[in-house]
Amino acid sequence: MKTTSIMIVGVGGQGSLLASRLLGNLFVNAGHDVKVSEVHGMSQRGGSVVTYVRYGDAVYSPIIEEGEADFIVSFEELEALRYAKYLKAGGVIVTGEKRIDPMPVITGAAEYPADVIGALKDKGIKVDSMDAAAAAKVAGSEKAENVVLMGLLSKHFDIPESDWIAAVEATVPAKFLDLNKAAFLAGRNA
Amino acid sequence: MKKLLFGNEAVARGLWEAGCGVVSSYPGTPSTEITEYFAKYDDAYAEWAPNEKVAMEVAFGASLRGVRSACAMKHVGLNVAADPLFTLSYTGVNGGLVVCVADDPAMHSSQNEQDSRHYAIGAKIPMLEPADSAEALEFARAAFDLSEEYDTPVILRMCTRIAHSRSLAEVGEKTVHDAGEYTRNPGKYVMVPANAKKRHPFVEERTRKLVQLAENCAFNKVFAGSRTDMGIITSGTAYQYVREVFGDTVPVMKLGMVNPLPEQSIRDFAAKVDRLVIVEELDGIIESHVKNMGIECEGKSLFSPIGELSQKIVAEVLGAVSPAAADVPAIDTPARPPQMCAGCPHRGLYYAMTKLKLKCLGDIGCYTLGAQPPLSALDSTLCMGASISGLHGFVKADPERARDTVCVIGDSTFMHSGITGLADIVYNDSGATVIILDNSITGMTGHQQNPTTGYTIKGDPAAKIDLEALCRALGVNRVRVVDPYNIKECEDALKEELAAPEASVIISRRPCILLKNVKKGAPLHVSTDKCKSCKMCMKLGCPAISLRDGKAKIDDSLCTGCKVCASLCPFDAITE
Repeated sequence: MKTTSIMIVGVGGQGSLLASRLLGNLFVNAGHDVKVSEVHGMSQRGGSVVTYVRYGDAVYSPIIEEGEADFIVSFEELEALRYAKYLKAGGVIVTGEKRIDPMPVITGAAEYPADVIGALKDKGIKVDSMDAAAAAKVAGSEKAENVVLMGLLSKHFDIPESDWIAAVEATVPAKFLDLNKAAFLAGRNA
Repeated sequence: MKKLLFGNEAVARGLWEAGCGVVSSYPGTPSTEITEYFAKYDDAYAEWAPNEKVAMEVAFGASLRGVRSACAMKHVGLNVAADPLFTLSYTGVNGGLVVCVADDPAMHSSQNEQDSRHYAIGAKIPMLEPADSAEALEFARAAFDLSEEYDTPVILRMCTRIAHSRSLAEVGEKTVHDAGEYTRNPGKYVMVPANAKKRHPFVEERTRKLVQLAENCAFNKVFAGSRTDMGIITSGTAYQYVREVFGDTVPVMKLGMVNPLPEQSIRDFAAKVDRLVIVEELDGIIESHVKNMGIECEGKSLFSPIGELSQKIVAEVLGAVSPAAADVPAIDTPARPPQMCAGCPHRGLYYAMTKLKLKCLGDIGCYTLGAQPPLSALDSTLCMGASISGLHGFVKADPERARDTVCVIGDSTFMHSGITGLADIVYNDSGATVIILDNSITGMTGHQQNPTTGYTIKGDPAAKIDLEALCRALGVNRVRVVDPYNIKECEDALKEELAAPEASVIISRRPCILLKNVKKGAPLHVSTDKCKSCKMCMKLGCPAISLRDGKAKIDDSLCTGCKVCASLCPFDAITE
């Protein structure tokens, strides 16, 4: 089996580490070789963050390079645009419809691009998007937008829902389990 | 049983399985989690030391007593611990001793990208370099046997991509290590010249034996390929990129022990291929060694010593094909640099400093982010502790600067290596003004306790070093505490202490807003009627504040209600 590469991108603090751990648990339980790569430290402080999840028969590199990602899961529109060049031809972007201004936009040194999702679609890229934060809020907490997007991503995989739910159970703390299951289903049924 | 382990978690597991009894470390990305994971084991001792030198010396003491021990640090931390390291090479060990060091190629969270392999060569110590979590566990465990058998500390070299990747690893059981009775051995451990002169020949002989070991050890592997036109010698994460690109086609020599190198094995490998390429991240260390052996090879003429490698770089340089990329929109994407969090206590103090147009020597921590616009508050950042000693030099070189120049250093960094700099300011009388940013935690590395927080690594209550008393004991008479949320108070303190002819310490004290026990205020709101678009609040560089249709807007999911922006607004437009 060929290696599948999933990038998770967002802004430090949005919960990309939990999402990547969830996918790691999912693919290990399915019997694959898996590598999940994260960067910690300075970039976590509100910076652009990237994690890589790769699975297959034998996964060597822990990272994903430009033109290699089968999927990009983005928690923020500008980050989806920033990392779009990592997508391979025919790849899919799954993104939250959310805008968080980076400091150069806040200070007026740069402008936030208009209609990011439209621009990506115009290039023929398959984009699956939803207001994940709003759905997460309904599920109980806006912080669960990462798990909502895992639900949205799950629609693109031929993996039973029960396996995904098991991965959610294996990843989130028990006291937040109901909230996260609801968040996952909100994304999956969107 | 195979488990998906984080690289640093695998190291901790390997240390523990080997019966390691003492781990002492100072946090530093990407090494921090080794010690955090090790601290989860209740049958072994773990601690945060004030700095890496102390940590390594603690590990030495435990080893002297016969207990297997380890310390962990980032690459630049090994500079701090270099003093004990070089002589530890001479004393060797009683209980096995493993030094875990994590390099950060591409500087994801570091001030330089030095290659720690130079230390292994310089100190004549064996170095192991795992390429995934399975090896991280296996090498960490095996390092203790190597350490004791060859009477040497062993360095385990991690890098960001191995330390911070999860991959499958086989976990085993813990082996209990018997420390035995303590026996004095001054000839081996008292490194006065007469004894050290006898130990140096031992070190040279040990290296010769380690080279023999390297020829036949399980750490080094050769993967025979189908091609003979090219062969690759590699190690660590670079090995993964090579295998990703070439699979089983190109013969690969993977070095798990990167110091010393197996010369005969390298000769045998080189003889079987037409072209020998060395793929190594950062410096061309294996390449230089191979060239010194008189073997023709290519390395840094092909691969840059700057930044990380990747499968894409390996493929491009060595003529393999990369997959086709998607066509993407050509739109300028504004950068998103890391920044101080909304509600960060450092922000108010920095604002007061920039308002007074002060120069400021910075240090290593979250507060280094104050160098970013719009605050742009820092003039320098060199290494841990250099803010204070650097300020002393700056003011000695130009005494007038004592009136308009300060330095900032965090509570943990001050304990790490700021105290000696402050002693210099007092002793050699520069009258400089030092600011300690006390946020009650080691922040940037993800909230580690330190000697000023009152808690141990396990969260148990501990002695809490009193910063005010410590500064006074060093001879600083002017020590005062300010609340960084109060800009006026900060400004007054800065003016008064800069005017004072003697040395001052201002402690800017407020806990990190991300700490669990810190209460956040209700999010603030901007009255669009009252907002006159003056952009005063934007000068703070708070990520919760942005402009929408010309008016300030506060993101209530980010705002922590610190009210620093409200105190700046001349029109009282910002309220709860």
